[in-house]
Amino acid sequence: MTTREGDDNLPEKAPVPDPGLPDHTWRPTDVDEAAERRAERQIATLFGLSALCAVLFVVSYVTLDIGEVTTTFGGLGASNLALGLSLAGSLLFLGIGIIHWARKLMADHEIVEMRHPARSSDEDRTETVAALNLGIHESGIGRRPLVRNSLLGALGLLALPVPVVLLRDLGPLPGDSLEKTIWAEGMRVVRDVTGTPIRPAELQVGDLVNAEPAALFETDDEGEPLIEGVQLQVEKSKGAVIVVRIEPEEITPGEGREDWGVDGILCYSKICTHVGCPISLYERTTHHVLCPCHQSTFDLADAARVVFGPAARPLPQLALAVDSEGYLVAQADFDEPVGPSYWERDSRCASTPARWRRATPPPRPRRRSRVPPVPLPPGPTTGWAWPRRARSSCARSSPTTGRSCSVRSRCGASSSCCSPAPS
Amino acid sequence: MLGEIALWSFVVLLLTGTFLTLWFRPSMAEVVYMGSYDQFRGLHMSEAYASSLDISFDVRGGLLMRQMHHWSAMLFIAAMMVHMMRVYFTGAFRKPRELNWVIGALLLLLGTLEGFTGYSLPDDLLSGTGVRAADGFLKSQPVVGTYMSFFLFGGEFPGDSIIPRLYTVHVLLIPGVLLALIAAHMLLLVYHKHTQWPGPGRTEQNVVGYPLLPVYAAKAGGFFFIVFGVTAAMGALLAINPVWKYGPYDPSKVTAGSQPDWYMGWPDGALRIMPGWESNLGPFTLSWNVLLPIIVLPVLMFTIVLLLPFIEAWITGDKRDHHLLQRPRNAPTRTAIFVALMTFYGLMWAAGGNDILATQLHLSINQITYFMRAAVFVGPVIAFFITRRWCISLQRSDNEKLLHGYETGIIMRSTEGGYAERHLPISESRAFALTSRDPDEPYSSDRGTDDNGVVARGSRIARVRAGLSSKWYENDVAAPTRAELEEGHHHAEHEHELQAGLDHPADGHQFDGHHTVEEGPLRDDH
Repeated sequence: MTTREGDDNLPEKAPVPDPGLPDHTWRPTDVDEAAERRAERQIATLFGLSALCAVLFVVSYVTLDIGEVTTTFGGLGASNLALGLSLAGSLLFLGIGIIHWARKLMADHEIVEMRHPARSSDEDRTETVAALNLGIHESGIGRRPLVRNSLLGALGLLALPVPVVLLRDLGPLPGDSLEKTIWAEGMRVVRDVTGTPIRPAELQVGDLVNAEPAALFETDDEGEPLIEGVQLQVEKSKGAVIVVRIEPEEITPGEGREDWGVDGILCYSKICTHVGCPISLYERTTHHVLCPCHQSTFDLADAARVVFGPAARPLPQLALAVDSEGYLVAQADFDEPVGPSYWERDSRCASTPARWRRATPPPRPRRRSRVPPVPLPPGPTTGWAWPRRARSSCARSSPTTGRSCSVRSRCGASSSCCSPAPS
Repeated sequence: MLGEIALWSFVVLLLTGTFLTLWFRPSMAEVVYMGSYDQFRGLHMSEAYASSLDISFDVRGGLLMRQMHHWSAMLFIAAMMVHMMRVYFTGAFRKPRELNWVIGALLLLLGTLEGFTGYSLPDDLLSGTGVRAADGFLKSQPVVGTYMSFFLFGGEFPGDSIIPRLYTVHVLLIPGVLLALIAAHMLLLVYHKHTQWPGPGRTEQNVVGYPLLPVYAAKAGGFFFIVFGVTAAMGALLAINPVWKYGPYDPSKVTAGSQPDWYMGWPDGALRIMPGWESNLGPFTLSWNVLLPIIVLPVLMFTIVLLLPFIEAWITGDKRDHHLLQRPRNAPTRTAIFVALMTFYGLMWAAGGNDILATQLHLSINQITYFMRAAVFVGPVIAFFITRRWCISLQRSDNEKLLHGYETGIIMRSTEGGYAERHLPISESRAFALTSRDPDEPYSSDRGTDDNGVVARGSRIARVRAGLSSKWYENDVAAPTRAELEEGHHHAEHEHELQAGLDHPADGHQFDGHHTVEEGPLRDDH
């Protein structure tokens, strides 16, 4: 290896000799008194303008009203504009004045200083190392392993568990709260702003309605909401759904989900399975819904299969039915956690095969299935017109989630799983 | 200058930020808005959002301070980035300043985090969406993801703790660390003194410049007011983050075109173009589609940036102190590496706006995304090779100037009727600056011969290192030697005599009929 120590990096024989620092040239203000006085006046004028702007700032602070700003001066607001511009003027004139002063009137002799090497001298280094070694030797830390090791142990115990334990009360443990939403059997699906329940007849083919569980709008006898504050926000962030109506013959229901819709009305979680943005952009001709955050696209007619983007899983589907008054209700809670994936997501589903989901994609259904859809109930007014969702056996797994219905048992939404369906 | 913009922006941030804390209430308690903004009066919202509206509409100068705070945050981060590019491209990160490079990189990282925690505070619909995405990022982490999410949010998202906690991080924790690191950055700057360009009278041993007092201090102080003033003008004229247009946060709503602030755009782009990969490890779920782009990639990029000075020093084997700057062209591989990194960053950043690109340019968002998936890998490689060749051509062009002079733009006609452009020698000081370059010294693994005359090739690692080092300097053009220069000048002079028959430089006006040839040199120093 070539040695490259030392500070003298430049080649000994520079191709061109160093001409040395250029001579100092005098400025007009150095030699001409008139120019000097002119510069003085310019600088003083700049400082004066700065002071004027400061006064303007105070004047606009006192005189101009604030409030809704969207109407004046292209939405900027009179007060904001006047305060900002006068402050800017005050600061800029001051800054320009100072720099003008420095350039015109302050001495402009460049100076040459020698650098000191950043490295300490060899004596200092040896001395420091010697002092350090002496200290280590005198403390006997090397000779007394018992003292050293017990010290390290004590320090380790102090540094690791104590802060971690102290931070424990930052929040509760997750438990199974991410696997449950407020949806439950028979809960009405209501519009998200007004809280009004939805009849199937109110939805045209191609409509998409943002909906929420009715429980979020329930009030007590005095009209006070039952769920509010943090709990409301938490339940809203998991329970928000979209309800769409699609021509029944265009729907390819997921396996075991043939009876999850009502007259082509399907309901999915609104929370993207990527990182949890509420999805919102619906294209009615293709039944695609797009998440505005990272553009994951789901085909709602095809069990919300991911057709594009970074999401890995379809949107969870909420099984719909119609109650005795003819309104849309949920058959049960979601049968899988909504929102983004997390480590323990499938941990309580022992039957889930460990595999790359992408390696064995679900059979891609044809867009237009020639198989007629499952017969729908005669009408919304007949109440529970058809048997509740038949969940016949554990062996059947959903093609879109690759998960057997044992998931349901942990979700606690129904006790019927893994047992003969009630009839 | 660039670093000064960052420094002064930070001061503006401290001043305007302190003003905002006097009215901002970092609380997620639900309140009924009763302020001046008509459209929201009577609406339920968090106290944080309500107080943000109050600052905007009911505190005089509040909107100005909010906008100035946001603009100076952007200036702070942008100035740090451009400053980092300047330091890298000129080789100012080399020994003894590697530690200051590391501190600078940490400042950039912390500045970005500070920006994220800051724009999350108003609790409007846009920032709440960002916080929700951050919750998704946390949950994607293996083993501890949900625990981190529950501990940060004090329970399930959104909870009522995240705003007060982010507030503490934003106004106390990160600014404190930033302040300490900025102090260390400045102390090291004073200790090492500033780098300088090579030029007449400037060497590795000295530093030439204006004295700190009074002129340098006056200029820097004046510059503070200019940065402050420009920020104030931006706050007055350019609306930024109009939270009242987004509305209070509602976890069931989102706006189209949701985008983070620009400095968070590149990991967001990675998130957008990542394929939807997820795998199961036994009973556990691993979300590669979130984990890789938003956790692994930024950490990896940051580590690469942090290590750049050490990687270069290891490859080149250069252990000397450097105080003279290098022109980017004279370190082609270094320049090319950073341009490749910038290309990667830029493509990722563009991918972060793929929806905006699609709507503004009437393109298919799917095609943009597919294109970006390939471009982020191919683009940097292309950029690397183009930059490297470009630098080497510029080196050749410098040597051309040194040996044959600069192009005057004067076309001379010879007696035979041939045309040639006249070249004139560059000035001595310029020639000195151009030739003040270290000769390339690639690291060599040869350790001479041992007692038996066998060549010791060094270890395997040393050979790899030597290979990288020779690639590093491959095709570089060395500055001409004194002999070459003399020959070149002699040749050029001879040519001039043949071409012009003039004994002094000419710029062409001598021959336009309005000037006499005797009027003398107009461009003698270039």
